[in-house]
Amino acid sequence: MTTRREVLKAGTAGALALGFPAIVKAQSGAIKIGHLTPLTGFLGALGEWAVMGMKMAVEEVNAAGGVLGRQLDVTSEDSVNPATASTKAQRMLERDGVEFLMGEINSASAKTIMQVAARNKKLFLQIGARSDVLRGKDCNRYTFHVDIPVTVMVNAAGQALAREGYIKGKKIFFLTSDYLFGHDLAKAARAFCAANGGTVVGDELTATDTTDFSPFLIKIRQARPDLVATNLGGNQVTNFVKQYAEFGLPYQVAGFNLNTADAWAAGEGNLAGIWPTVWHHELDTPGSKAFVAKFRQKYGKPPENHAWIEYVSLKVMAQAMNATKSTDTEKLIKYFESEAQFDLLKKRKGYFRAWDHQMIQEAFPFSVKAKGQAKDKWDFLKFGDAVPAPDQPLESINPPKSANACVL
Amino acid sequence: MQVLFLLEQVVNGLVLGGYYLLIALGLSLIFSVGGVVNLAHGAFYALGAYASLEIARRLGFGAGVALSPVAVALLGIAFERYILRRFYTADPILSLLVTFGLALVAEQAIRMTWGAAPLPASMPQGFKGAVTLGDFLFSKYRLFLLAVVAMVLAGIWLLLNRTSFGRVVRAGIQRPDMVAALGIRLQPYMTTIVMLGVGMAALGGALFAPIVIVHPAMGAEILTVAFVVVVIGGLGSFWGVVLAALLVGVVRGITIHFVPAAGEASMYLLMFLVLMFRPRGLLGERIEKFE
Repeated sequence: MTTRREVLKAGTAGALALGFPAIVKAQSGAIKIGHLTPLTGFLGALGEWAVMGMKMAVEEVNAAGGVLGRQLDVTSEDSVNPATASTKAQRMLERDGVEFLMGEINSASAKTIMQVAARNKKLFLQIGARSDVLRGKDCNRYTFHVDIPVTVMVNAAGQALAREGYIKGKKIFFLTSDYLFGHDLAKAARAFCAANGGTVVGDELTATDTTDFSPFLIKIRQARPDLVATNLGGNQVTNFVKQYAEFGLPYQVAGFNLNTADAWAAGEGNLAGIWPTVWHHELDTPGSKAFVAKFRQKYGKPPENHAWIEYVSLKVMAQAMNATKSTDTEKLIKYFESEAQFDLLKKRKGYFRAWDHQMIQEAFPFSVKAKGQAKDKWDFLKFGDAVPAPDQPLESINPPKSANACVL
Repeated sequence: MQVLFLLEQVVNGLVLGGYYLLIALGLSLIFSVGGVVNLAHGAFYALGAYASLEIARRLGFGAGVALSPVAVALLGIAFERYILRRFYTADPILSLLVTFGLALVAEQAIRMTWGAAPLPASMPQGFKGAVTLGDFLFSKYRLFLLAVVAMVLAGIWLLLNRTSFGRVVRAGIQRPDMVAALGIRLQPYMTTIVMLGVGMAALGGALFAPIVIVHPAMGAEILTVAFVVVVIGGLGSFWGVVLAALLVGVVRGITIHFVPAAGEASMYLLMFLVLMFRPRGLLGERIEKFE
């Protein structure tokens, strides 16, 4: 029989175990890094990939002797929602004594962490959130953004769509996720359609917790568009894709946001259309091939783009700390703003644009392989060529200064 | 034309309501008979979806849909026998805590077994596509789903209203002390009701796996809807739940027709209105007080 006292004891012991190692480890000389990413909720599945990529990078760096002779100590936590994300970020900086913050996928959470970083004058490497406003009017000098902004995603998929004749003179129906990221995507997509001669005949907002899209599918049929373009996030994309296949509507479908994980979750035979991505596991570069092989060996499956981006992000930080011989935020900012080049395992190297802190890099469109061509359940995506084309400047798919309200 | 569009949404809402019903009816039955709000109900829905995929991978889609509810219903017997039974007469707060805790444990167990990444699921090729009846568009798969729900509903109604088993259960809902005085043990009946309830939830999960994303938190998502349906319909009322499920589906469709962004909020607004004017729910026979 367990007495109340025993329960209390066990509870206290548990609390101690949870609370104190942070302090003990801080004295051992490791470089402490705070890592926040959604692990539950509609982006939780992506967060799991993020943690896998981060873990692998940390192990690699530490196995090779760490950074500046010190081991890296990365604490990954569930950022849950914007309010919790900012509370945790504050706690990590204030109480856990982390040198800087990394992570995030959710644009709304990233926004609150950016504010915490600025208030504490500490660096935040914003890895996975794509909303334009984060590197636009909400930008701050303590935050750098690794993932491509929505304008780049719209351009990557949009150029492929335009090439295939789905934009010019066509009726386009938008389905948009009703939060920061979705609104941003819709804005960029509208601009793209306007610039390329397409007409937006409908733009419907849908709550982030929508699981059933049938009422929207009925409205799409009523509108009879030429192209259905989605500006959805996380689980929504998968739900939409599955139900679009279920109803079998005849209109061409596309979207300006889809992660490889969402595509995998939809299952073969359900996905159709043209989508953008920031990186994919079939990329033919020595760096990507080695990374994919190692990842497969460790986890038994190919890395998703969130695993890749967390992996390269930690390598970016390691390179910056090694180059500046410091973990000091000001020195790191100066290094990044020098537009130093980083190997992102793509054909062309990336760099942070000094005036909006955006990582400038290649992006890719993808479509779906014909039936029966997939080798395994990871293999039904057909990746297109990198945009911009090799002879174009990398910056050309990013919003120019004239279209970006960022003032650092 | 506008009217026709709206009508199309109403009909589609009815179909969707049928699916809500599958989850909500079990929740309502378990509450009516045992007085326990089973917050773990969503977990059985999720387990039903995952189990159906596991079975389907080996034996095909049909076997998945048919066997997964059976497997989960057996689990439901253990759930009733070893956990739920202890809380029928206890403080309602305790049963809420236990079932809520169980829901968290189940979600984490699913995450540990199958991973946080969603599992891919497809329906057989023959079910894909839509049929147009007149001007209305129906997904073939959802029509099949609706037929299954109608059969289950008819089965449950017959069981409750046309069998001696049902007479005892209904008597137990209204006057448990009287049933006991007549020398009838309610426990085996309760076990059966829980088994049926979670079996229906699992059937819902198995049927919806090809349409919605299959991920560990799917149980928590559906539980909220099911709970809202039960509250709107009125606790302890069979037809109340049926009416509420259809109403929630229809109101959602109409809302999305006019104000798409408010689609998911519509059912809460509906619940708010119903409770304001009729606190016991649409067809509820009594108001439950948690004292």
